[in-house]
Formats: sequence, C-alpha cells, structure tokens
Amino acid sequence: MERIPILRIGDLLLVTIQVDMHDRLAMTLQDDLTERIVSDSAKGVLIDISALDLVDSFIGRMISNTAAMARVLDAQTVLVGMQPAVAITLVELGLTLPGVKTALNVEKGMALLGKSYLR
Amino acid sequence: MNMDLAQHAVRFNSRLLNSTGGQIQSSATLPLRTDEHVVGVRKVVREHALELKLSLVEQTKLVTAASELARNTIKYGGGGMVLAQTLSDGVRRGLRLVFADDGPGIVDIEQALRDGFTSGGGLGLGLGGAKRLVDEFDIDSRGGEGTAVAIIKWKR
Amino acid sequence: MSTNDNARRISALIQQHQAEIQADWIEHLQSLSFRSDAASEQQLRRHCEQFLKLLPSAAAEGGFDNIDSRAFDEVRDQLTEISSQRAKQGSTPSETATFVFSLKQSLFASLRQSLAAEPELLSEALWNVSTLLDKLGLFTIEVFQKSRDQIIVRQQQELLELSTPVVKLWQDILALPLIGTLDSARTQVVMESLLEKIVETGAAIAIIDITGVPTVDTLVAQHLMKTIAAARLMGADCIISGIRPQIAQTIVHLGVNLEDVVTKATLADAFVVALSRVGATITRTKTA
Repeated sequence: MERIPILRIGDLLLVTIQVDMHDRLAMTLQDDLTERIVSDSAKGVLIDISALDLVDSFIGRMISNTAAMARVLDAQTVLVGMQPAVAITLVELGLTLPGVKTALNVEKGMALLGKSYLR
Repeated sequence: MNMDLAQHAVRFNSRLLNSTGGQIQSSATLPLRTDEHVVGVRKVVREHALELKLSLVEQTKLVTAASELARNTIKYGGGGMVLAQTLSDGVRRGLRLVFADDGPGIVDIEQALRDGFTSGGGLGLGLGGAKRLVDEFDIDSRGGEGTAVAIIKWKR
Repeated sequence: MSTNDNARRISALIQQHQAEIQADWIEHLQSLSFRSDAASEQQLRRHCEQFLKLLPSAAAEGGFDNIDSRAFDEVRDQLTEISSQRAKQGSTPSETATFVFSLKQSLFASLRQSLAAEPELLSEALWNVSTLLDKLGLFTIEVFQKSRDQIIVRQQQELLELSTPVVKLWQDILALPLIGTLDSARTQVVMESLLEKIVETGAAIAIIDITGVPTVDTLVAQHLMKTIAAARLMGADCIISGIRPQIAQTIVHLGVNLEDVVTKATLADAFVVALSRVGATITRTKTA
C-alpha cells in the first residue's frame, strides 16, 4: 500500500506531501505520524505542503487533527509552504486551521520549532 | 453508468441551463464511488480549468469545490456520478459540474447550506463553503430521493 | 397553411431573390453613410452576403420567433463575429444594429412584390420578418456590449497588475501602502499580489498601510480580513497601519473582528513592531 514517507531529523519528524492524496492516504498519514511521534519520541512535526496545489476540507481537517493529537503527545506541529492560491481558497471555505502553527518554508519552520523548545 | 442517475442529473441540469441560457460545448460523465475517483475528478476539473485559462486562484477554487462535492456524493450520497460540461453563453466560456446521487437526500437544505465544517453536530457538508468558491450554485434534494448539486465557474 | 409551411415559403422567397435584396440592402446602407472606405466596403459586402445566405434557412427550420434555437446557431455566430469585428473597428452599437434593421426595407420591398396577390400572407410575412430582425438587431447590441465589457475588464486587470505597490522595507518585512478608494476587484488583485510577494521574498511580516484610503466598505474590509487570514496560513503575519478615525468607526460599525490583528496608527510604528518581531532593533548612533 502506498504511504507518504516520514523523515526523522533529531527529535523532529518531517513529512513532505507531494502527491494528490485521496482520503484513505490522508488517514494513513495521520495514523503513521501519530505512531511515529510516540515511537521516535518526537518533539516536533513539520508538514511541508509546498508541493500541494490543492488542500480541501478533508486534508485540512487531517492536518488540524494531526496537530491536535501531536499536542496531546507533547509535540509541536508546524505547517509550511502553503501556496497563496491554496491559502485564499481555504479561507474562502472557512477553514482557518486554528491550533496549527505555520511558516513559509522548512527552514523557517524548523526555526519556529526550535524556539518553542526553549519554553 | 447508471442511466437513471444520468437522467436525474440531466433533468436537474436543464433547470440551471435555462436560467443561464448557455450552450453546451462538451459533456462527459465520471463515476463517483471510490476515493480514487475523487482524485480523478480533481485531475479532470484541473484540465478543464487550464483549458478555460482560469487564473491560478480561480482554478484552485474550482478544483477544491469539485473535490468537496465529489466527496459528499460518495460519503453522504452513497456514490453517484458527476457530469462535466463546458459552456458558452456567446461571449464567455465556463464549466458546469453536476454532482448527482440517489442516496438519502438532504431534508433541510437551508440548514446544510449554513453549516460550516463543524467537528460535532451539523452535517459538515461544507456546502456553504463550496458555494462561495464558484460563480453559480444550485442544489436539488429531497429526503429519500437523492441529491443533485450543480456549480458553474465562468472565465471572466 | 400551417405556420411552418408559411415560414418555409417566406424563406424560399427570400432565397429566390437574394441577389436583388442584397444589392438593395447594400445600396441602402451606403446611403445611410455607413462608415465606408475601400476595405470596409468589401467587408460590408461580405457581411451582407453571409448574413443573407444564413437567414432564410434558419427561419425555414426555426420559425421567426426564437432566435436562441439551434436553427439560428449559425446566424448568431455570424452576427457575433460581425458585431465584434465592428466593435474593434470603432463602430457604435447602433451602427451594428442598424446593419440588421436596415435589411427590413429591402426585404419588405421584395416580399411586397412576390406576395402582391396574397395580402394576408404578405402581412404575416412582413410582421414575422420585422420581429425577427428586431430580435437579431437587439442581439447584436447585447453581444457588442458584452465584448466591450470584456475588453474593459481585461484592461482594468492589466492596469491593476501593473500598479501593485508592494515594497520590501527590510529583510523579511514587506509593506503594502494602499492609496485611493478601494473597490472589491482592485482589493482582490492587490491582495493576491501581496501574497505572491510574500512567497517570493520569504517575508515574515506584511504591513498593510491604509493611510491613503478615505473609506472602507464591508466588502473591502472582508477582503482585508481574508488576506490576513490567508497570509497567516502561509506563515506570515500582517499588521494594519494608518487606520483613520472614520475607518475605525466603519470597521467597528460593520462588526468586523480585528481582535487577532495587530493595528498601529502609523506605518512607522508598524515598522518598529515588525522589526522587533524579526529580532532587529533600531539604535541611534552618536553623530560626530
């Protein structure tokens, strides 16, 4: 079964979504991430969607849910690289993804996560 | 392809056609039964959007609306089909999509249009959201008789 | 005789006498001092010929009432083309409609001759032809207007795109000074441009300055809010500066929620806040 690869960098998990995901694949990703946060004792999750030209409500909710679950497991999530057209569309749809931190790219995302460790 | 469903969509479709006075230039139907079909619909709609030369933002809105409605058809309608037609009203061109299913139908359409993406309560259909992404939106649904949602995006 | 048969007879008569009708029509058009130089005279003849060729068969099949029917597809396409060509050349919509209306005179003359012995059919024919040409004439006006509107809209957009003023104030800080009255369309284009620039420059903060904006209505306020929300989803924060007292009143009055948005009175204040956000400060050095 196809899965989206999750990379581990220190205590950070990096996911780069590059395919047009169908719902099942999105759910699998959510499950995989949650599992890995625990198994890898991750403190941060970076979701890179710079290659996605479409984020609909299902994927949006998947991201929100993932962030919420990560928080329960004491990990921070940062969503990076959302394209302008996608952002405009999500706002029009009424999805603001509360509780999800965002950054322009992976570099800035990591910086953001780094800062929050120093709490 | 289920002929009744196609007829259902066409019957409904002609109401919206009369109100826009457009001419159909091309017509195709796609099945909506599995997750993969949603991805397929996104691809096809994206192609149409490119052919219509819609701006990137307008393309994204259209494909996203199509994705939402396709998913509704599968999840809440028990599966169905989508009719994709390119239109011309003499001066501008557009794309009309009609999503049809013969599932349980929506009893309170007003309510469904108002609901947002609530995690609890509500139907969470996000119809109001999809409506905001397109130029014309129409829905016909009766409890127990199925649902048909038609949307049109014009190239301005 | 049924209406269909009459329609076909009338069409047949028109086809029969096409050459004469056309000659008469062109002569009439020229006497109306229709714009005319060598090239356009040729074009005029061509337009007349094409139209006169398509009209009778369309009427024979589709009658004289509904010009939106399939039978009239070719006629409408012809008229649309004629109308757009003339629009590009600077004709007024009336001139193009006159092109159609003036055919009446020639058609009436021809029909009067052919149907001299059948007064009832003649009056029916005159009425039908008249209403048909009225509808087609009006159609050309509509098409003309639509295509002019399209041109205007496209020009407006190009103008907008050329004049979007996003400025890079500092590393990671952008400013968008808006000036003049904002309308919905302009605001949308400008906002999209801001989001693009944010990606291009990798800015973390965008200052939207509305000092130069006299009034803000609901739509514009909504667009502003949407842009700020979109920027946030992308990973950038926005600060609104330069809100005049009147605008502040309007915003509160409209019930727009600004709780999550940082606002500053002046662009300068906003800049200072932005700098501290990105980890920079301004210090004054002693002058010599």
